Amino acid sequence: MTKTFRFALLASTLLGGAASAQDVTLTIESWRNDDLTIWQDTIIPAFEAQNPGIKVVFAPTAPAEYNAALNSKLAAGSAGDLITCRPFDASLELYNQGHLADLSGLASMANFSPVAKSAWQTDDGAATFCVPMASVIHGFIYNKDAFAELGLSVPTTRDEFFAVLDAIKADGTYIPMAMGTNDQWEAATMGYNNIGPNYWKGEEGRLALIKGEQKLTDPQWVAPFEELARWKDYLGDGFEAQTYPDSQNLFTLGRAAIYPAGSWEISGFNAQAQFAMGAFPPPVAAAGDTCYISDHTDIAIGLNAASPNADAAKKFLEWVGSAEFATMYANALPGFFSLNSTPVEMQDPLAQEFVSWRGKCQSTIRSTYQILSRGTPNLENETWNASANVIRGSETPADAAKRLQDGLASWYEPQK
Amino acid sequence: MARRKPFRWHIGVFLAPAVLVYTAIMIIPLFGTLNLSLYNLDGQNRIFVGLANFVTLFGDPRWSDAFWNALWNNCWFFIIHMLVQNPIGILLAALLSSPRLRMAAFYRTAIFIPTILSFVIVGFVWKLILSPIWGIAPGMLDAVGLKFLFAPWLGKEEYALTTLALISVWQFVGIPMMLIYAALLSIPDDVIEAAEMDGLTGWSQFWKIKLPLILPSIGIISILTFVGNFNAFDLIYVAQGALAGPDFSTDILGTFLYRTFFGFQLQLGDPHMGAAIASAMFVIILIGVCLYLFGIQTRLRRYQF
Repeated sequence: MTKTFRFALLASTLLGGAASAQDVTLTIESWRNDDLTIWQDTIIPAFEAQNPGIKVVFAPTAPAEYNAALNSKLAAGSAGDLITCRPFDASLELYNQGHLADLSGLASMANFSPVAKSAWQTDDGAATFCVPMASVIHGFIYNKDAFAELGLSVPTTRDEFFAVLDAIKADGTYIPMAMGTNDQWEAATMGYNNIGPNYWKGEEGRLALIKGEQKLTDPQWVAPFEELARWKDYLGDGFEAQTYPDSQNLFTLGRAAIYPAGSWEISGFNAQAQFAMGAFPPPVAAAGDTCYISDHTDIAIGLNAASPNADAAKKFLEWVGSAEFATMYANALPGFFSLNSTPVEMQDPLAQEFVSWRGKCQSTIRSTYQILSRGTPNLENETWNASANVIRGSETPADAAKRLQDGLASWYEPQK
Repeated sequence: MARRKPFRWHIGVFLAPAVLVYTAIMIIPLFGTLNLSLYNLDGQNRIFVGLANFVTLFGDPRWSDAFWNALWNNCWFFIIHMLVQNPIGILLAALLSSPRLRMAAFYRTAIFIPTILSFVIVGFVWKLILSPIWGIAPGMLDAVGLKFLFAPWLGKEEYALTTLALISVWQFVGIPMMLIYAALLSIPDDVIEAAEMDGLTGWSQFWKIKLPLILPSIGIISILTFVGNFNAFDLIYVAQGALAGPDFSTDILGTFLYRTFFGFQLQLGDPHMGAAIASAMFVIILIGVCLYLFGIQTRLRRYQF
């Protein structure tokens, strides 16, 4: 009896396998494990409905492990057909090694501006190897109820910002700012690269750094560290051991008033927080100054050059480049702003607030991502460590900046 | 003339599976790693560079600072284990072997259980216990009026590594306890009785009779701990991430190797430098084990009963 049953099971597995083998199955490598349900329930069904015969599997890895895992899989030939692309050098290197296919010929590439594509192009712009999906904007998300309760207004200048923090601290009901240094990257990404563009004037400073006309020890590059050092007093008790999820929870539980954020937090916060939320861009030095925001081209999708299902994968990529996908993605994941040239209507008020800054501020991308993190020591990774040290107070802003500059100058010709 | 002994095929047959499996999954990869450390990339091609990777590792101040930092942290990790794990293991074993102890089996099991837990669970549980925000450690200290002693230990450069070492001790203290417990049980009663006849009891009996008899077990535990510690990676990675923060104060050779070999965030992996670090780790462990085998193991006195 059991034996027959087992044979039946075995047979059905084999037959089932044979039946589904007629379909092409595309596997997507990604670090966005938070988005798993959205891909499975919204995005993939929409594609599969239009393209019978193609099955898509979204197979994410934890964000911190993604690059390492992906590189090993590509080297071993076991990576999925579609590769979610990190911006700039990480993906460029994969293209140079022949792991990512050239996608310049895709019809839907015409839907993206040169700036949107720049993060996934060769230095001369000749080849584009990933279809841009979204950018993320940095700023601060705040607890509107807490601000109303304490009679605070949204700060626009740095002095106002610290006055607000002082007021929240003096009141004592809320932790002024939710951030920890345990995971390090928040200090760099949501700290240094969030407030920094206002000091180094966005693209102007970033490009001057790449050309070697400015140094990381110049005042406009040290000043963000000096501001970060002041944050220390406004973080919660034991922030040294506070992790990224800890900070998210502190804010969404209503225990902290301000959260230095990236717009990717929006959907998670909407689901968790029981209070009204607002957002403000990084405060400027004096009222009326031009504001600069980090509007970072963050995520794209490319084709594994070794994929046996290249035709089906290209179909999928064409669809990712379409306005239909852009609308679906931007609304399913508020906070990931579409890079498609077609304007996308977004429903979420917080996402609308973030994206409205594009109209009044100058956009730039994170200073460490293009070209400057090609060598060893890696500027981005060093910046994580330096920012966390500066906030903890174990390294002075000047020392941290000098260390970064020395590290960069050790391998980057224009900075020597 | 004596008959020639028949060739004993069964020895080869019985050894073959282990030798084959061990060769395939240990020896070949080991030599592959040692070999890989002698190569590097020249543009897109892999070229033989001799010991150049090691010259970089020990000569370039950036690499060597990171390496010596990791090595010293690893030594400190080991020192804490030796100083805390072994005495506690011996103490627990001595208590367990006391004939008057009730529920000895329960304690034995309870103390051993953390050893069979995954690093991921241990790291995560302790991170939560010690969390300054949600953890029970601050509350418990507060309840006994010692709140001022609490610090975000895992986030402070000066405490983080020691804290992690103690967590690891908590997890693995069951192993020395079991081995020493077994050694204590194997001491024949007549030896103990003879000691008592000669007037040796209590502490002096422990120092003069029991400790010498369990020294070989302590030696084995030490070398197992040494190898385990210098290969450690999991706990640090789970608790502090691959950057081994704060400010690399918990960076040990395992995490340094991981970051180098596989890359991290925007840093691309460098298998050749990674292999060089792995080779250095291999040599360090080899030296440690040899020192033990030839320096200590051969001098240990064994007693036959």
